[in-house]
Amino acid sequence: MGQMSTLVFAPGFFHSGAVGVAVAVGGAVAVVSACVGVFTVIRGQSFAGHALSDVATTGGSGAFVLGVSPLTGYVVLGLAAAAAMDLVGIQRARGRDVATGIVLGAGLGLSALFLYFDTTMRATTGATMTILFGSMFAISSSTIPLIAVLAAVALGVTALVYRPLMLSSLDQEIARAAGVPVRLVGVLYLLGLAIAVALSAVTIGAILSTALLVGPAATALRISRRPATALALASLIGVGSVWLGIVLAYDSFYWPPRGHGWPVSFFVVTLVFVFYLFTEARVLHRLARSRAALARLAARFAVHRQARIQAGG
Amino acid sequence: MFSGFMMNTWIVASIVALVAGVVGFFTVLRGSAFVAHAVPQGAFAGAAAASLLGMNTLLGLGVFALAAGLGIGVLGRSGRHDVVTALALVVMLGLGALFLSRSVEYAPEIYSLLFGEVLGVSRSQVAPTSVLALVCIAGVLLVYRPLMTVSVVPEIAEARGLSVYRMEMLFLVLVALATSMTVPVVGALLMFSLMIGPAAAARSLTDRPLVAMTLSVVLALLTVWLAIAASYLSNWPVGFFVGALGALSYGMARGWLFLRKPLTRSGAITPGGALGT
Repeated sequence: MGQMSTLVFAPGFFHSGAVGVAVAVGGAVAVVSACVGVFTVIRGQSFAGHALSDVATTGGSGAFVLGVSPLTGYVVLGLAAAAAMDLVGIQRARGRDVATGIVLGAGLGLSALFLYFDTTMRATTGATMTILFGSMFAISSSTIPLIAVLAAVALGVTALVYRPLMLSSLDQEIARAAGVPVRLVGVLYLLGLAIAVALSAVTIGAILSTALLVGPAATALRISRRPATALALASLIGVGSVWLGIVLAYDSFYWPPRGHGWPVSFFVVTLVFVFYLFTEARVLHRLARSRAALARLAARFAVHRQARIQAGG
Repeated sequence: MFSGFMMNTWIVASIVALVAGVVGFFTVLRGSAFVAHAVPQGAFAGAAAASLLGMNTLLGLGVFALAAGLGIGVLGRSGRHDVVTALALVVMLGLGALFLSRSVEYAPEIYSLLFGEVLGVSRSQVAPTSVLALVCIAGVLLVYRPLMTVSVVPEIAEARGLSVYRMEMLFLVLVALATSMTVPVVGALLMFSLMIGPAAAARSLTDRPLVAMTLSVVLALLTVWLAIAASYLSNWPVGFFVGALGALSYGMARGWLFLRKPLTRSGAITPGGALGT
């Protein structure tokens, strides 16, 4: 038994403080991302979710320049970007894509400038890497209270508008007819999304932020269309991917070439994608079955028609 | 500013702007801004892989850009398009993180792949960029009509026997081509700004496709030229100016629209009017 566990968990896994923090924070962030992500996927705003994490990292590089805490920079610019997206017109399905793109483009430009200042003024060349890829094993435990508060705010906002949000996400027209203030709910949701994304970007990096927001939610929604089930499933998949990814990354230190661990974000992203591909097989199977049924129907119709023509002739 | 080594920069940047304007027009028309963002950024991982294996960067970029584009197309048949794009992007970036952790590349090198090194374009980059640009523009001209129909009225295109899926794949290949030629020059992140800003501005100003495409090319050229000049004079990164000018031109287009016809502005970017010729 003891040998089994050292086979799965490399020595020292349970005694490392960094791993403990990564497991706790990674798990919490995964749950928040998954819950917010279910709405993101239903609303078709994956691009906005990804763009917000990219713009939030701009705030991170800006914070380096100004010397304030990175988390402040992430959250402030994330919220500003969400507001800008709403102003440019993210609520219309047609203009959504462009609205997101324009804000993202401007944010990336700013990001280039901030990173230039970082590297020239403060000689922190590592900033680019840290900001883009983050590191789950480098979370300082002093930021945990703030992270917990932000996670609670993001979840709270989503929970507060849960019903009108779900209704307006599924069908905007019906929601409007039922008296839901669709625009207001949309803005509130976008702000919650910005906080959730900034939180995950600062703790685990911009790549994982998008992966955890979209992947588990999309997978869950392909398994079940019922909102509550999808929320639970998405959280489960998210947390599972993160924890398994942490274990693998920790173990990879002992893989060849020895003494050089593989990045945790690589494992988590791969796991998220593999989960999604599992459902792909299911969906493809269902599609093929419905297509076959359609073909059978068409064939039967053709036979009937032939028979009728012959009877008539 | 126009001395010897800067001439390469001006030539290559103008070619890049031309392609970005043309491909960007279709990107905005089809609502594929996310793809235009994901393919270049995902291709960045290919550059990292190529540098790890000691191969040509352009090859790595091309292979990864194509894989990203075709992957999005194939998976998009059964899943939501934006979800599939996001997943393709993060998988590529995850691979990029892996390659970068293995290589001993300097951070500035990564920075230049992401944000471009337009002031350091070498003479040897001019020829491959021109060839790829020619292929890209020729591709667009070749499928201009069917691509236009599929982008604007997919139902009619389907009824006429055009395969929407095949056109989609073709468009993704075009984006991948445009990407692999531009990333070494303007960087992964800025190719995106250059494709979206000018094209979105042009599209909100006119509904006529050919006029909009020309306008988008002109705006992209102006953006790039101004950005290079400003970057040369101020020493700030060219990417900042491209991003800022892209957003600015879109903002100005919307502002002009707002002033010109305040009553009908809500109908300014309605679908449907785009087949006006």
